[in-house]
Amino acid sequence: MRYAETGYNLEIDLSKGSVEKVETDPKLTELHLGGQGTAAKILWDRVPPEVEPFSPDNLLIFSSGLLDATPIPGANRTIVSTFSPQTNLQIHSVMGGFFAPEMKYAGYDKIVIRGKAPDLVYIWINNDKVEIREATHLRGKGSHETAELIQQELKQDKAQVAAIGPAGENRVYVATIDSSCGCASRGPGSIMGDKRLKAIAVYGTKDIYIARPAELFEISLRLRKEISENPNLGDWMAYDENDAFHHDNFAWGNARVRRKGYWNKEIQERFTKIKYEHLDRQRSCYNCPKTCHNVISYPGRRRFSYKCYAKDTYHMAAFQELDFSYDILGVTQEYGLDSYSTPQVIAFAIELYEAGILTDQDMPGFPSDVRGRFLYLIEKIVHREGIGDILANGVYWAARQIGKGAEKYDHNTTKKLEQLPIKLGKLNPPYFLMIATSEKMAITQTEGSFPQDPLPTREEREKFVRDWVAAPNDKFKQYFLEWEKREVVSNEAACAISDWNETMHYIDDSVGLCGFLSSFRGQFGGRPGADSLLGGGPAYHIHNIPHLISLATGMELDEAGLWEIARRNRNLVRAVNIRRGMRRKDEVPPADHWAVRDHEFEQKLLDDYYKFKGWNNDGIPTRETLDKLGLSYVSDDFERRGILPT
Amino acid sequence: MKKIKTIKTIKINPDKCTGCRACEMACSAFHAQPKYNIVNPARSRIRVFRDEGNDIYVPILAGEYTETECNARYRMIINGKEYGECSFCRSSCPSRDLFKEPDSGVALKCDACGEPMPEGGPMCVQWCATEALTYGPERTEEVEVVEEEEEEEVEEL
Repeated sequence: MRYAETGYNLEIDLSKGSVEKVETDPKLTELHLGGQGTAAKILWDRVPPEVEPFSPDNLLIFSSGLLDATPIPGANRTIVSTFSPQTNLQIHSVMGGFFAPEMKYAGYDKIVIRGKAPDLVYIWINNDKVEIREATHLRGKGSHETAELIQQELKQDKAQVAAIGPAGENRVYVATIDSSCGCASRGPGSIMGDKRLKAIAVYGTKDIYIARPAELFEISLRLRKEISENPNLGDWMAYDENDAFHHDNFAWGNARVRRKGYWNKEIQERFTKIKYEHLDRQRSCYNCPKTCHNVISYPGRRRFSYKCYAKDTYHMAAFQELDFSYDILGVTQEYGLDSYSTPQVIAFAIELYEAGILTDQDMPGFPSDVRGRFLYLIEKIVHREGIGDILANGVYWAARQIGKGAEKYDHNTTKKLEQLPIKLGKLNPPYFLMIATSEKMAITQTEGSFPQDPLPTREEREKFVRDWVAAPNDKFKQYFLEWEKREVVSNEAACAISDWNETMHYIDDSVGLCGFLSSFRGQFGGRPGADSLLGGGPAYHIHNIPHLISLATGMELDEAGLWEIARRNRNLVRAVNIRRGMRRKDEVPPADHWAVRDHEFEQKLLDDYYKFKGWNNDGIPTRETLDKLGLSYVSDDFERRGILPT
Repeated sequence: MKKIKTIKTIKINPDKCTGCRACEMACSAFHAQPKYNIVNPARSRIRVFRDEGNDIYVPILAGEYTETECNARYRMIINGKEYGECSFCRSSCPSRDLFKEPDSGVALKCDACGEPMPEGGPMCVQWCATEALTYGPERTEEVEVVEEEEEEEVEEL
């Protein structure tokens, strides 16, 4: 009997048209939990480093988290793992919604896709019945429109559908996979399109067993009530109309201009009015009491929903207001374009045009107004027409393909991927480490447990720390108590803080918990009430997740054990990428992320972090580190390849 | 002897539904044997009809089993979109697999979590974070209270 998981993966080879239900090794659950952890193991075992992302031998893996489909609120993430044509590294991509729980009810922990279909297909999974069906009639359809058409075709409104839009079909590097309110970003849509897989539809009616059912149900119900009532959980941007945080602090245009003092009462009133004039409802992911997704109907556009900073990215890239984002999101979400990378690609192209590097010859009929320009370039990118064929490869590659000095305009990528447009004054040491070394490739997927900023007075810090149940130990409380200036953090503290932050994400991404209840949410403060079930901080933290895993799965697990699994998963992801060539030279935050830089200090900090992590001076996990984590097969491989000395 | 009895019901407000399906999860776990042993929304006695494109989310509680297919012939139009007669139907019937145990086909019916009701009300209501589902007085009825007296007699014996 397997608890919380089904114990089976669905293996589909689109070249052969074969479908296989494969029992998984329960030992792998003990070692990696599930989600991204077990996916990294599959990628390590089955995709050698010479396999190109667009090779039929690349795998596209849809994973459920180990706790998905159990009563635990907010455990619903679908983790998509594959190799990116943009970075040539493992894509870290996680979406909310309903897809992974439905996979589990159909009897599968993972769907592993290999090969390429001869023409566009979709997969229909209904428990043990799995069909590969023709999808040529869906070519060019939007991702959510596709979901609806497939539900109608199957006469099954309960089917959950993960689909690509035309951007994915055309292998646009910044293409997403969309399912309900969830969106898998950082490029997996391009691989799904390359495999000529338009969509996967799944509906299941099987049981998920729980090891200690009554206890888990009781604690889950209490959690659901507390999560519901706690205003510090979920996406505050769904409720809070004051968005000075992004507008005043994040960079506009091609990640260039910071407009301090932009936000004011008048703008807030205008944005609020636009929102409520078009807001149909706020909706949730599977089994979550928070309502993070604003559902918007904008004239002439298909209804869409958004979460978090995706509300701002387009209008800030265009120096416009909220109505602009609403108008554009109605288009781009159907096309299946990443709301973080795409606006930066477009703003980059507009800068090149204004600098005379791109001309009317490259962009015939390029409109003069910014709204027209965005829509023009979106069409070109999605259909890979003319200049769009180059821009579709993301800023890094487009800059090099365009040449003529365009490289200088690529100033906000790390490991070839567009980063959040943040330009600050002084360097915040943990942030340097997280941006440099993260293989989640985005700061939002790496930060989140330790606060971003110190509190001004000792009293406030003491109060914060008193209720801070989520802190792994007193060491972190001490770091926070002593922290006065943002840029003054000891190397020791910076290493420990960065490590804790990313560890929580590695936990979430293996068990399927939402970061807005967990890894991302501690940084904005705990809440008073250490006597509550949640205590101060996010709903899920290092102290209560092991118990929840034990109740759901029957595994004996304590904090140290969970931390070790997260470290194993983290090192395995790094090993996968190291084997594909990633090294210290790639671990470089955007040069202008901070105005004041100190090369020597930063490199010493990086040295210290590598040591802290058990990596050598080139960022490669040492044999000692790997062997201790039970990854000696990785160290053996590294030695055979000459990556580590014998 | 007659007494005024308050009839409580589960009330559904689709406008407040966020489509999260926690009610389905909770119902299936509560009605499992042993209790909470499994989660499987297909065994739930409540289902959320979801049409995201049209922004329609309607929790539907399983009603009576109908032995023959009904002769309903109607279309419902909401926000300009047409729905067939089965879309919001709460019966289990021979022509569809809704509200039936997926393995045995046994019909499922909402029992408001039976007797005794869990403290805090039916599970779907307890799990609903937005008050799309509430449990409260619907109407009052005059009822004969004979059973109570009989019970008392039994106790005395």
